[in-house]
Amino acid sequence: MNIHEHQAKAVLKSFGAPVADGVAVFSLADAEAALNKLPGPLWVVKSQIHAGGRGKGRFIEAEAGPKGGVRLAFSKEQALEHVKAMLGRTLVTNQTGEHGKQVNRLYIEDGADIERELYLSLLVDRATSKVAFIASTEGGMDIEEVAHATPEKILTLQIDPETGVTDADGGRVADALKLAGDARADMVALAKTLYRAFTEKDMAMLEINPLIVMKNGRLRVLDAKVSFDGNALFRHPDIQALRDTTEEDEKEIEAKKWDLAYIALNGTIGCMVNGAGLAMATMDIIKLYGEEPANFCDVGGGAGKEKVAAAFKIIMKDPNVKGILVNIFGGIMKCDVIAEGVIAAVKETNLAVPLVVRLEGTNVDLGKKIIAESGLNVIPADDLDDAAQKIVKAVRG
Amino acid sequence: MSILIDKNTKVLTQGMTGNTGSFHTNQALAYFGTQMVGGTHPKRGGEMWKADNGRELPIFATVAEGKAKTGATASVVYVPPAGAAAAIEEAIDAEIPLIVCITEGVPVLDMVRVKAKLVKSKSRLIGPNCPGLITANECKIGIMPGSIFKKGSVGIVSRSGTLTYEAVFQTTQAGLGQTTAVGIGGDPVKGTEFIDVLEMFLADEETKSIIMIGEIGGSAEEDAAQFLKDEAKKGRKKPMVGFIAGRTAPKGRTMGHAGAIVSGGKGGAEDKIEAMQSAGISVSPSPARLGATMSELVA
Repeated sequence: MNIHEHQAKAVLKSFGAPVADGVAVFSLADAEAALNKLPGPLWVVKSQIHAGGRGKGRFIEAEAGPKGGVRLAFSKEQALEHVKAMLGRTLVTNQTGEHGKQVNRLYIEDGADIERELYLSLLVDRATSKVAFIASTEGGMDIEEVAHATPEKILTLQIDPETGVTDADGGRVADALKLAGDARADMVALAKTLYRAFTEKDMAMLEINPLIVMKNGRLRVLDAKVSFDGNALFRHPDIQALRDTTEEDEKEIEAKKWDLAYIALNGTIGCMVNGAGLAMATMDIIKLYGEEPANFCDVGGGAGKEKVAAAFKIIMKDPNVKGILVNIFGGIMKCDVIAEGVIAAVKETNLAVPLVVRLEGTNVDLGKKIIAESGLNVIPADDLDDAAQKIVKAVRG
Repeated sequence: MSILIDKNTKVLTQGMTGNTGSFHTNQALAYFGTQMVGGTHPKRGGEMWKADNGRELPIFATVAEGKAKTGATASVVYVPPAGAAAAIEEAIDAEIPLIVCITEGVPVLDMVRVKAKLVKSKSRLIGPNCPGLITANECKIGIMPGSIFKKGSVGIVSRSGTLTYEAVFQTTQAGLGQTTAVGIGGDPVKGTEFIDVLEMFLADEETKSIIMIGEIGGSAEEDAAQFLKDEAKKGRKKPMVGFIAGRTAPKGRTMGHAGAIVSGGKGGAEDKIEAMQSAGISVSPSPARLGATMSELVA
């Protein structure tokens, strides 16, 4: 689960990380009140959307002006001008796609005098099964580009889960970032703070880009991007409360209610599959035969009739869908149950596009019989290859 | 021979009294008489659990007690996500040699903690978020459908559950059959990696060929390819077919499995396919042609 920058900073601040004072605003009135709380003389007005590249982004509407999604203000009046220009407008960045994202909230923050910009992040390193720091002197840049062009400028440091971050670990990060004096001491403390926040709140990723050294020689978290492990949200009601559903696809929200793994894509063939690997493989084979999948949809191992019907309806909400491929390899899941769910959904949704169904596994003969005797226009398939070819042929008319 | 489990494996079910644990303990008993020797429940120790076939199995309060009284050599974990890591840790403390965790949705930082304990222990963990494993006609641990298996010569290792079934089904259709099929699970932090299982398949005399099914995310497939290259130089090599799921997956999105994500410029399908091909693996572009590709290879 992703959260906004201002929320991420509030979480980090609660653990004691050095973060500037700031206020999230949803309206012009909010902004006026916020500006009276922040002393100035420099303010930063930042668009809050769940996507990176905001500073270099551009707004679609002419009224927003030619500047990016993060703007500096040298007076309160100028800050309010920025709020009027950006709030409610659509920001396009290299991560939003061409349609961009509507900016429904802004974050107004005290400005800082920047001496140097650094990069720091934490993640779970799969190769070592440990939490790792990634640190680089090349702050403010795309870290993937840095990793590609100058890998020697990146430090990866794994943390022993039994000791947590030691002074020596903090020192190694500080060395990699070429920090001395106050900034070095700040870094050793910050490394411990961030590790504690990461592990106590079950973060999946914590990225500070940039972390800055200010003119006064101290460190500050200038930007923060945090995502959480969805599997651990059950033990963090405070984090669940930070979810902003306006940032998510409507179909994906509905899918979550049914515990379906659904991701909207751009193609024309809707897919309903059990198992994540088989669902990906089904997308791949559609592409292999020259068409594109409209979605990824894993109904999971134990789906009943209602869940299958719900998945069907979600897939059909996508206007690009010109045909549906159901691919089920029943292990725990019984093919007859799937067949009944499919038949019920087809009737309920008055399905008007071609439907190919491939069933295999437990109770397969019964499942096939139910579909054959339903009298509905369902195209049966014998295996995955056959199924993919039939649905591709069907959508091409 | 086979790997990891056989007809002598004695299995405890952690979470046997729940719906899932109960259903699959029955399924395992029905699969060539897999030796299910009991289960655990913290509050119901001393009670008996009744199988569909009328057999009764003892419930123990702890894994340690269950192991002491039954001689269990393996345990299977069906405990819900919030308690799964603690269940694995209990089995590690009881020195159970093989622990298989089926549970999907275990928090990744719980697994970081488990993994640190595991590397210092006497146990091997398979999973979490995996379908388990089957040695054909001998022993079934987990949720794979036993009916699609046939005793034979192909070893199968996979990160995905239902794609494992595809590989099993197709090799059965092709008449090749399987020795053991192992689902290592789709999570980013897991007990057993491809390399561990490949090493066992290379060493197993009955396993004449190997199917390896990977997916996007991480670099386990690349590591496995390097391992196979190094082993081939020592003269250890078996015919292999591979598949990578997720060629069409968009970047930055988690595709169902917590571990299936292309991020940080890493984990893409093309790099994995290239690495596997360079290690001499016949990578099938279609998930429907695993059996046929293997038939051609060993013909």
